[in-house]
Amino acid sequence: MTHSKTTALKTRPDTGSSSRSSHFRTYRLAFPPVSGVFRPRLVALCAVLAAGAFLLFCWGLSMGDYPIAFADVVRALVGSGDPGTVLVVEELRLPRALVGLLAGTAFGVSGALFQTMTRNPLASPDMIGLTQGAGAAVVAGIVLGWDGGLGTQTLGLFGALATALIVYLLAWRRGTTGYRIILVGIGVAWICTSVTDYLVAKGGRFQAQAALGWLVGNLNGRTWDQVGPLAIALAVLLPTALLLGRLLRTLQLGNDVATGLGTRVQPVRLAILLTGVGLIAFATASAGPVAFVALAAPQIAQRLAGTAWPPTVASGLTGALVVLGGDLIARTLVSGTELPVGIVTGVLGAPVLLWLLARANRAGSGG
Amino acid sequence: MTGKRLRPVLLVTSLGAVLAGLCLLSLALGAANVPPDQVVQALFGDAPSRFVDNIVWSARVPRTALALTAGAALGLSGALMQALTRNPLADPGVLGVSAGASFAIVVAVGVLGVTSLYGYVWFAFAGALIATVVVYLLGGLGRSGMTPVKLALAGVAVTSLLWSFTQAIVLTDVDALDRFRFWSAGSLADADDGTVWRVLPFLVIGAVLALACAPALNSLALGDDVAASLGRRLGLVRLAGVAAITLLTGAAVAVIGPVVFIGLVVPHVARVLAQSAGIGPDQRWLLPLSAVLAPSLLLAADILGRLVARPTEIQAGVLVAFIGGPFFIAMVRRRNLAEV
Repeated sequence: MTHSKTTALKTRPDTGSSSRSSHFRTYRLAFPPVSGVFRPRLVALCAVLAAGAFLLFCWGLSMGDYPIAFADVVRALVGSGDPGTVLVVEELRLPRALVGLLAGTAFGVSGALFQTMTRNPLASPDMIGLTQGAGAAVVAGIVLGWDGGLGTQTLGLFGALATALIVYLLAWRRGTTGYRIILVGIGVAWICTSVTDYLVAKGGRFQAQAALGWLVGNLNGRTWDQVGPLAIALAVLLPTALLLGRLLRTLQLGNDVATGLGTRVQPVRLAILLTGVGLIAFATASAGPVAFVALAAPQIAQRLAGTAWPPTVASGLTGALVVLGGDLIARTLVSGTELPVGIVTGVLGAPVLLWLLARANRAGSGG
Repeated sequence: MTGKRLRPVLLVTSLGAVLAGLCLLSLALGAANVPPDQVVQALFGDAPSRFVDNIVWSARVPRTALALTAGAALGLSGALMQALTRNPLADPGVLGVSAGASFAIVVAVGVLGVTSLYGYVWFAFAGALIATVVVYLLGGLGRSGMTPVKLALAGVAVTSLLWSFTQAIVLTDVDALDRFRFWSAGSLADADDGTVWRVLPFLVIGAVLALACAPALNSLALGDDVAASLGRRLGLVRLAGVAAITLLTGAAVAVIGPVVFIGLVVPHVARVLAQSAGIGPDQRWLLPLSAVLAPSLLLAADILGRLVARPTEIQAGVLVAFIGGPFFIAMVRRRNLAEV
């Protein structure tokens, strides 16, 4: 990113404009073929988050009616160990944990993409109507009884993708701007929300409860059927998101500056949108619109990393951590019943975000 | 020159005429239609029949008055909210108002067993007030004090927290869900002549506060530092603004349900209209314009809701989206949008 003219082989601390304070030190790497910025704090954060996510992942696998020791879980994951344990871990518990991990990552990464692209911390996929579109499709399925043939997951995916397409087409007028996409998305989201509200008010009380159960975001009863499509989608979309991450930084400076710096704004924006939309659509279809993760995870990651934008990888890991942790709490909080994970992520994410806001110590770093 | 000066006046008169026309329609149309001339007669005290008098005065006037006041409140607080947070995506619910009201209603019905409409209106209002005060205090935490982004994010956080609690109760209590889902679709149908009077004092105080903020909001649009150097007392303006939003939105949401989207969309329409009338982004115009546009939208939705599925009704909150949504999208497409 920062092109240094020095070809020094040594890295040196760069305390210039790109570092926010002496605590958040960045290093310019300028080895002749490769150059870039190395942020020790960001790398360390990612390592910690990844370790935390793995820990919660295994913890989730070990918990249940039939508790399994931590070491046995790890052994079962690599396929060795007691066949009964392997069956419980791989067939019954792994799908749920994987959906949590993958969906959480997808929410976090796509939230980071949207927030960076629109330069607005309030922007999240919820804002441009994807989750509302998925919600309307699924609730229609439940209330009108269409869920027989298609299945909730397919309906959700279809709803989200169709909404995204409609929003993009409506926002297209000799090119688009992030701002216009968001505003059109708000309009579409609004219509979808009303459809959902209307259907929930119109349906029977138990249908309404089922609809609401999905709308909260839920990991109960996931099977490998839900993991497959999500895993394939992420295998394609996550690398794309990482590649796009660099281009995003210039887009963050505004359309004109980005064009001046040589970024091809329209194709890049379309690519970012497609990636973010794909991530959210698949994640929502398999886990439901888990509350707050896409909005909060990038903001939490940004403040933990001390960067000026939501870091892509750290946002994804934070998302995974929040969803996995949320699901653990949801399963243990009230014994006997399993709360939907969306209830817990809301309760969990909010105080963290508030705490980070409160300890932002410099003017401007709050935003 | 004179033509340019006339345009704002023309704009305001035409919007006023549209609103007046909608009021008349709202009094005339419904399960039983009353001809407009009879409506006017009934309004001036000599109705052609007791039947007409009853329909107009005991059913339609309260309902229309509620749409007017609650709509104006939502429009005004939406415009205020976007100016205060300097964020075009902020709706009046961002400060936690609708989440607080929702949570309070669910607690009232599900935990405390309140069943009457009058009971839970007050709960909703109290919930909205408490939630906003909490958001305001949280938004000011930290050494840098209150910034628009911190205020908005604190609101989002509290909203999600309360929303989670609301869902947790609703998912385990079918009775609470039953009340909650009808309230949250947003309806004017339950209005009687007492409803408006109950919330009117709060709305009036809120509206006065909001309009008094308008000149200061113009300076605030230039950034905190510039506004401060122009002699604006930022803390005071924010406090007054938040108080106004709370009173306006809290009271409106309590009686008609969380239709806060009106407050998000209407200010954008107001900005475009103001721009085309040559006024520009002047809050002294934008706030009143929003306060006229929002009730027009709400009334139109309510009238349509009575007509499309006669003899039953579709909630105004649902149809507002169907009228306002496409209109909003069309406008976003047409104009080079005025950013906040």
